Amino acid sequence: MKFEDDILSGLIDINSRVLDVGCGDGSLLLHLKKNKRVDGRGLEIDQKLVQESVAKGLAVIEGDAEKDLVDYPSNSFDFAILNQSLQQFYDPRKVVNELLRIAKSAIITIPNFGYWKVRLSLLLKGTMPVTENLPNFWYNTPNLHMCTIKDFHNLCELDNINIIKSISVSSGKIGNIQKSNLEIKNLTSEIGIFLVRKS
Amino acid sequence: MVLFEMNLNFNNIKKITLDKTLALDCGVELNGFDIAYETYGTLNENKSNAILVFHALSGDQFATETNTVTGKDGWWSYAIGKGKAVDTNKYFVICANVLGGCMGSTGPKEIDPSTGKPYGLNFPVVTIKDMVSAQVHLLDYLGIKKTLSVIGGSMGGMQALQFCTLFPERTFSSIPIACAASHSAQNIAFNELARQAIMADQEWDGGNYLTSGKIPRKGLAIARMAGHISYLSEQGLQNKFGRKLQEKSDLKFSFDADFEVESYLKYQGYSFVDRFDANSYMYITRAMDYFDLYKANNGNLSSAFKNSKIKYCIVSFSTDWLYPTSESKKIVIALNAIGAEVSFVEIVTNNGHDSFLVNEPAFFNTLRGFVDSAYEDFKNEI
Repeated sequence: MKFEDDILSGLIDINSRVLDVGCGDGSLLLHLKKNKRVDGRGLEIDQKLVQESVAKGLAVIEGDAEKDLVDYPSNSFDFAILNQSLQQFYDPRKVVNELLRIAKSAIITIPNFGYWKVRLSLLLKGTMPVTENLPNFWYNTPNLHMCTIKDFHNLCELDNINIIKSISVSSGKIGNIQKSNLEIKNLTSEIGIFLVRKS
Repeated sequence: MVLFEMNLNFNNIKKITLDKTLALDCGVELNGFDIAYETYGTLNENKSNAILVFHALSGDQFATETNTVTGKDGWWSYAIGKGKAVDTNKYFVICANVLGGCMGSTGPKEIDPSTGKPYGLNFPVVTIKDMVSAQVHLLDYLGIKKTLSVIGGSMGGMQALQFCTLFPERTFSSIPIACAASHSAQNIAFNELARQAIMADQEWDGGNYLTSGKIPRKGLAIARMAGHISYLSEQGLQNKFGRKLQEKSDLKFSFDADFEVESYLKYQGYSFVDRFDANSYMYITRAMDYFDLYKANNGNLSSAFKNSKIKYCIVSFSTDWLYPTSESKKIVIALNAIGAEVSFVEIVTNNGHDSFLVNEPAFFNTLRGFVDSAYEDFKNEI
């Protein structure tokens, strides 16, 4: 069980309906099914990972969130999870809004491009940053739209999305992000985790 | 001319005669009917390990082990058996010949009790719904209230879908493979080509060939050839045959089989005619053409599956152009819309529609994973 998965699990209500978009091998969904008794569904683009999920008894659909979210009925889930993949979409803004059409709440996590090591790496080396959370080079990264915690906050303001919880993660420590500490958290957090709802 | 002859033995077909009335979609009531079937593995004590497998157009009840009629391997030997994806060490697999079929279940080849002659075209037109309803009587006979899963590919997948709409309480899960919720214009067109080929054969004799001692070999063989092309992908055919010549070094400037693919098709066509009844081919293709879960539910596919707690696993194959992935996705979307527990996998392969019948490890992994995990849930629930 990954550290971030524990945080995500803590945001999910017992017996809720959960859609995990990009559910990978289904380990988070399985954890939620066992510990939160959720009615879970998954969407995953990688066929092998779909097979692994299905073998765990999970209901997972092979598909591309960018194209297939449109087929999900509105308000059919309590929570939609998007774990560390927002930056990989062609149209991340649309994806966020789709998640909030399908589910009452969305839980979105991002690798924070505003993290000081990332900033310093670009500043000093003059090359695209390669870190633990951003392990690829510019030419082979799946990331198309990198953003910072502050960028995400700004997008939510732009699209009238309420940030219910904004959580920073750095070196295994978690903290709350508020308006007052946004600048510093944007500098010190490796990962941002957001619980958001439509206004 | 008999190109290929098989030694067939119809004497060891296992069947039950059901003393029931089956009200068919066409309005006819079938009073008493036979269902030929096979079982593999052992039914466990709490009857939680039964799996009903539905066969496709040219299939039969011999899903695995040896087909006692043809002496060949069962049609789904790759997937079902000891240690296979559907493991008969663990599960009790049932497979029945469909109503209208020609391997022992009541169909156009069998004797009409009212005339003492084979039914031929006097047999009522049956539907996928009729086929499924008949097989539920077999489950009753075997004392199985609820199956672990109903599984089928192609027409078998249609039966698996139909089963869920008709008997939502009688299965825990369902695996419709390489199928659609209704037959497309292209599907119907291919089937019509097959039927026209059969009817154009003089030996068909207006459907009375069994009484007049004839067999429409050419018509049925051509029907099968046309079908066979549609079961394979362009790339699959190209990889397997390309432009390779059949046992010759150059073109012969004639209409004999110059190319390997021609010879292959001929073999597929003519090796089929001994084991399959031409009228049965007409009836079964008609049943497929009539299949339309959209129409049966006023255009709303979701409502067909409403109020069911069945777990679904939908599988399609990337190069299947007969029942393309888009058709499977329509089913997935309809199930999603009602919050059903549905999984979906598109297997990437060159083997076209026939992928489910050949050795396709990624498909078998999905099948095994889903069935085994469903069993873990079901055995605790029952």
